[in-house]
Amino acid sequence: MSDAAIPAPQAVDAPQRSLWGDVWRQFRMHRGAMVGMVIFGLILFAVIFGPALYGVDPQFIDPRARNALPSWAHPMGTDNIGRDIFAQILQGGRVSLAVGITAMLLALFLGTLIGVLAGYFRTLDGFLMRTTDLFLALPILPLLLVIIMLFRDTLRAMFGPETGIFLLIVFIIGITSWMQTARIVRGDVLALKEREFVLAAKSIGTPPSRIITRHILPNVLSPIMVSATLGVANAIITESALSFLGLGFPSDFPTWGRLLFDGANFMTLTPARVIWPGLAISLTVLSVNYIGDGLRDALDPRIRGR
Amino acid sequence: MFAFTLRRLLYAVPTLLVISFIIFALLDLSPGDPTANLPLTIPADVREQIRISLGLGEPFVIRYLLWLQQFFINEPLNILERMTGWTIGDSENRMRVISWQTRSPVVDLIAERMPQTLWVVGMSYVVGILIAIPVGVICAYKQYSLFDQFGTLFAMIGFSVPTFFTGLVLIVIFSVNLGWLPSIYDTNLRVTSFETFWLQVKQMIMPVMVLALANAAQIASFMRASMLDNLSQDYVRTARAKGMKERTVLLVHVLRNSLIPVVTVIALGIPSIFSGAIITEQIFRVNGLGQLLITGIQGADLPLVQTLTFIFAFLIVAFNLIADLVYGILDPRIRYE
Repeated sequence: MSDAAIPAPQAVDAPQRSLWGDVWRQFRMHRGAMVGMVIFGLILFAVIFGPALYGVDPQFIDPRARNALPSWAHPMGTDNIGRDIFAQILQGGRVSLAVGITAMLLALFLGTLIGVLAGYFRTLDGFLMRTTDLFLALPILPLLLVIIMLFRDTLRAMFGPETGIFLLIVFIIGITSWMQTARIVRGDVLALKEREFVLAAKSIGTPPSRIITRHILPNVLSPIMVSATLGVANAIITESALSFLGLGFPSDFPTWGRLLFDGANFMTLTPARVIWPGLAISLTVLSVNYIGDGLRDALDPRIRGR
Repeated sequence: MFAFTLRRLLYAVPTLLVISFIIFALLDLSPGDPTANLPLTIPADVREQIRISLGLGEPFVIRYLLWLQQFFINEPLNILERMTGWTIGDSENRMRVISWQTRSPVVDLIAERMPQTLWVVGMSYVVGILIAIPVGVICAYKQYSLFDQFGTLFAMIGFSVPTFFTGLVLIVIFSVNLGWLPSIYDTNLRVTSFETFWLQVKQMIMPVMVLALANAAQIASFMRASMLDNLSQDYVRTARAKGMKERTVLLVHVLRNSLIPVVTVIALGIPSIFSGAIITEQIFRVNGLGQLLITGIQGADLPLVQTLTFIFAFLIVAFNLIADLVYGILDPRIRYE
């Protein structure tokens, strides 16, 4: 009896299943994650296309409509010099989300690099992990405040007021939030390194760089994706906190945290100035956190089987 | 265990030294000039003398070593003297870390601010734990029930909504609209009678609840996960099979085992009592350590900021160590050799 004689009818009838298909199927089961994704999608859409659709200049000063309460002309009211809050929130969201995503990418890159190097090369492990521990022991928020205070003016002079502070904030959030990713990635790499497929790749003479990019990295993708969502949420909160303490972006360059900080002094007069930016931050972070929750469940093969 | 403790302690020393160096160097590299805020009419040579009197004439290494000596030897000796009433050596002329803004010793400033922070932030941590543990236990025991759904949603919200937003919303509702609670924390209030006690309670409710919500969210989700891990263990089935009351199984067997990781999480969170409440203190105008740091940063008061930041770092390292040791003591399965 030859092998070719055996047909495989099930394989033909069964729908095509791939890893990412399974992940997506499990992800859709997570109600919170789906709601989070819709809300995050809406926020992204509003922030990217909103300023063009709404068509009101966030910097336009209308001195006759100062401290206006919400109305048809100004859906969220105006601030103390008559700028439209809604337009500012749409504009500010761009900066907040851009900071969140760029800082997350930087943190992810650093964390993955250090985690993979520490996990794969035993000679580097001790030093890199001690460095990670050291960074974990740093009091992050006070240090961030100090660094911004110290280097704000230098960078402003070098790159201009907006780009300079953007680079500074992204950079410092990035280099102070890679530690968790590095630890998780290192743990996974340590386990993967001993698996047969890595041994097989090694025995046919694959150089370490190829092993890492071809065999290790695709397998540590799931923890990296989960920490990406957490990283975005964390970076948005940190940026808002810095702006809220008055050490973030300048006042004429709105971000959600900055709007909240400026609005806090007028909250008896126009409470909308506090509520809407805060709601925008909270909804974004909440939806991103739910997406991360769903991703973690979907990417965990022990849960996905059920 | 002893060897492990000793090893960790020895390891903590270089960590702290490196951190202190990073903090010192970072601040020292700053382009800011402490005399920049002084009037412009001061002639250049007088300005230079002021700089020298602030200790800026010495080279970097000397200043770092002096600061280390002041921080690790002089100040602890001062505290010891004050606590015991002894006089050790030449205590009158001992160099202290002096704040540039107020010209008073940094440690005295910190001691002034410490009670408010400990009282408000510490209370919020306790309240947070008291909320979190029952919520976590019930959520895990009744997994997927309505209470669990609400509990996890609540935890997610507490985890995601930043304290500067919850704080402001509470102020808008309770201070601005309803007028029930004061939005500014009054440190001069002395509790002497029932009325002042009530005022104290009223001004503490909002900052404490804002921080408690954030803390409770984190601890409750840990508690829930830890309970769920333990509820499916064999020893729980054994305990039930022996005919124990459900109450005993849950509150004695499962709760005690589930608390082990939660206790370490709580210990790891204690340093954030001191440093993490910067924002809340700023919102409610509590003049605690966080506000001291902010004013120090804004006034470019290097000695103050260096010392405070380093104290925060010291607390993080210390409580990491404590968490490890507590874990080893509580869980007999963990044996450090």
